[in-house]
Amino acid sequence: MKAAVIRFPGSNCDQDCYYVLKNTFAIDTEYVWHKEASVEQFDLIVLPGGFSYGDYLRCGAIARFSPVMRGVAAEAARGKLILGICNGFQILCEARLLPGALIRNRSLHFVCEHVHARLENMETAFTHAEVAIAGGKLLTARTGLLLRMPVAHGEGNYVADEATLRDLHRNNQILLRYADARGAVTSGANPNGSADNIAGIVNRAGNVFGLMPHPERACDPLLGSEDGKLIFQSVIESAMKKTKSSSPITKRT
Amino acid sequence: MNTEPAITPELIAKHGITPGEFAHVRSILGRDPNFTELGIFSVMWSEHCSYKNSKPELRKFPTTGPGVLVKAGEENAGVIDIGDGWAIAFKMESHNHPSAIEPFQGAATGVGGIIRDIFTMGARPVFSLNSLRFGPISGPGQSAAILNNRRLFAGVVSGIAHYGNCIGIPTIGGEIYFDESYEGNPLVNVFCLGILRHEEIARGGAVGIGNPVFYVGAETGRDGLAGAAFASRDLTEESKQDRSAVQVGDPFREKLLLEACLELLASGAVAGIQDMGAAGLTCSTCETASRAGTGVEIDLEKVPKREPGMTPYEIMLSESQERMLIIVTKGREQTVRDIFEKWDLPYAEVGVVNDDGMMRVRVGLRVVAEIPARKLAEDAPIYVREATPRPAPEPLGPLPEADPLTALPALLAHPSIASKNWVYRQYDHMVRAGACVLPGSDAAVFLVREADKILAATSDCNALYCSLDPREGAKIAVAEAARNLACAGARPLAVTDNLNFGNPYKPENFWQLRECVEGLAEACREFDTPVVGGNVSLYNQSPAGAIDPTPTVGMVGLIEKPAHITTQAFKKSGDAILLLGDPGDELGGSHYVKVIHGRKAGPPPRLDYRKEKAVQSAVAALIRMGLVRGAHDCSEGGLAVALAECCISGDELFGADIDLSAFGNVRADVLLFNESQSRIVISVRRENATAALSLAQWQGVPARRLGFTGGELLRIKSGEREWVWPAKELREVWWTAIQRSMEDG
Repeated sequence: MKAAVIRFPGSNCDQDCYYVLKNTFAIDTEYVWHKEASVEQFDLIVLPGGFSYGDYLRCGAIARFSPVMRGVAAEAARGKLILGICNGFQILCEARLLPGALIRNRSLHFVCEHVHARLENMETAFTHAEVAIAGGKLLTARTGLLLRMPVAHGEGNYVADEATLRDLHRNNQILLRYADARGAVTSGANPNGSADNIAGIVNRAGNVFGLMPHPERACDPLLGSEDGKLIFQSVIESAMKKTKSSSPITKRT
Repeated sequence: MNTEPAITPELIAKHGITPGEFAHVRSILGRDPNFTELGIFSVMWSEHCSYKNSKPELRKFPTTGPGVLVKAGEENAGVIDIGDGWAIAFKMESHNHPSAIEPFQGAATGVGGIIRDIFTMGARPVFSLNSLRFGPISGPGQSAAILNNRRLFAGVVSGIAHYGNCIGIPTIGGEIYFDESYEGNPLVNVFCLGILRHEEIARGGAVGIGNPVFYVGAETGRDGLAGAAFASRDLTEESKQDRSAVQVGDPFREKLLLEACLELLASGAVAGIQDMGAAGLTCSTCETASRAGTGVEIDLEKVPKREPGMTPYEIMLSESQERMLIIVTKGREQTVRDIFEKWDLPYAEVGVVNDDGMMRVRVGLRVVAEIPARKLAEDAPIYVREATPRPAPEPLGPLPEADPLTALPALLAHPSIASKNWVYRQYDHMVRAGACVLPGSDAAVFLVREADKILAATSDCNALYCSLDPREGAKIAVAEAARNLACAGARPLAVTDNLNFGNPYKPENFWQLRECVEGLAEACREFDTPVVGGNVSLYNQSPAGAIDPTPTVGMVGLIEKPAHITTQAFKKSGDAILLLGDPGDELGGSHYVKVIHGRKAGPPPRLDYRKEKAVQSAVAALIRMGLVRGAHDCSEGGLAVALAECCISGDELFGADIDLSAFGNVRADVLLFNESQSRIVISVRRENATAALSLAQWQGVPARRLGFTGGELLRIKSGEREWVWPAKELREVWWTAIQRSMEDG
């Protein structure tokens, strides 16, 4: 399988994502410049964090018009796995590949800290796996599992209209919610004011996932957490499975 | 341009050029300068660019060592070897004056400028530190001064956050102090470090006669006109009208510029590269020519401009941000075009390298400035200023003994000592996935993945000590930096410094500068840490007077193994707490005297190199043997504050039971809050305590058992006396102090 890390002008977590895919998980990974029109040859497409186009106008609002986003939308429609982290999540919302929007943090301040994100649905392509971590331990997906990962954003406050929120709940599309260290989903544990403490959502079809926390910064015990590995392990396993079962499809244009 | 003002004595004086300097200009040119040339000389010969008042002092620094690959002053930043073919480029620079006038943009462009200095060397910038000083943000009443200090503090922090977060270079540590002497003249010193292979070191020379000169990056506008000259004057009430001397930063543009330049450098098409920082196009053209012993000729008509009608004077003196000058190997022009078009950045071939040694500036065919490049860049006048010692500091005298029960929380709540989480939350300090130790421990620790190296970095300066005894204070700044690195598990490598002082024409200020430089130089020799670069910022005074002398030391060290990474916080209940070093007894210059008694008095603590080196090597040895769970040096607030910080600064809260009876029946404030140097608190497994003590003593370091970690209370006993504080309460005042000040009113 092959993974792409899209580079928009202003992406700044591209190298971190690339490193984790290539070095931590030994996946064949390439950078794809935003002026490329097609990402057809990739099985997993990562939209990294950063400040695409300097966050001018609105986070992600200009990046959605980059040529590569037509390709990303086409692959999303064909069921390829798309992972949008932080600014990548914002771009996916702007591109309407995910519902809702990410607005200014409730505090009006940029916030950078470790948070706990509670796993709400362990039966998706992004959140099902089991992965080895330091000390010979295993991290196993289960509903209610707390993942400790950093957030770093000024606009991570997830909003959507009531009908959308209802749908997200009904269809189990909310994969991560901010929680305190004991797992309680409280207002105090919400770093940005997101509706229902939402930290990450998947689309209805289950192949496009956006989240504000940075799993790529939580894949090394030296950095204080390896919990982000669970997400990468899940999505890589899922992409590999898809590659095997549906390789002829990738020939179609 | 036909309407250029005539060169009158008033105009010359307005450019900060003395009659003697003007005569020198005339002798270089063999004629009177025109208006543009006068402007060019005024910025190049400003203190900021020429170091004319500090150069003889700076020569006192040790600048060489086995690991030094690029020396201080040679290029835009020094470079040192870190092994396996890898090197680091790092430097600290100030943006004090712009930040006083426009804190957000002043600080933001300070970050942008230092980052450019690093990637100009061919290095990829990987992290930053900030060293900030403001007037008090808390205190009785809501005085206009306090409100203004808060405005400056909030503005500077958001400026650094804005630039650093967007460009994706984490600010992972540093220091922040609050003191009356910085009222109206805050200090904004920013450090940046980059990583590169030895063979990737880029040079800023205009080499190769006939090579084309490219301008790349943002268009030139009227912002930041003569900022270097502005930074070389006292701040006055009128300074507010100098807003046009403050640049406007665009971190998005700089991110593109950074990536495009690194891509271009990797292509091998670059013969020389220099950023346009202070004095913009002027400095970059004459310095590149001067370094290579060549000349550079440029045509201002070809320079990308933001607005029409700019005069040659304005174009040459503009300090618009995010611009670089690149000398391209002839024949490789297309590579430049391809890369800068890919990154959607302006670029233009503006000139050529020639062999006549002149910096020649044309507008079309008309020559508007023609100056021998080397003389402009290197022949600035050098002054040895008069130095008059300040009177000895006010003696400490009899001091009432404050109740430790209230003094400790008051010290922890002082913004200089309190947690800086309010600041670091606003910085993306985790981008580049390398911050192994988050802001708030003795030193920042960063894993550079591409090189598989772990670096530690710290910036230190206790300016209160420097105000009382500049030489001793400067020595202590170096010692404390090295001690902080040792506590983090690192071996110190080298230093960058930022010398912040008042107007050097005042003999007392110049004396402080000289004392501090000599103190730094001596200590850097003692600790074997050469100075590989830095910055001088003079004229730091407001109408109220000069700032406290602040020679900030940025020091970088290397950590051999992940297992050696050590933080200050206690880790486990039941661990033994040990003190390496003497109990100490010096209260002079302490934060206890300043914060609790409202006085800056007494001689500051003395530094004894022998003791200091011994305690550092002892902690290093103990860490390498795997005996140390936590290590923290005693600095502001002394032993009691150090112990409290060990209890409250980790993810988990700890209490501790401490018995200081063995220290004798000394005054409580001396016992708890003295700031004698060369002391480190460590925590070790209970069963390792004896081994650790004997190892330290064997190395000649006095070492004592202080007590144990555990419980919810910090309890300190001394003979019959006992003081108890709930750890939770100490944490609360320490953690929220700055936030409370900033949200108050």
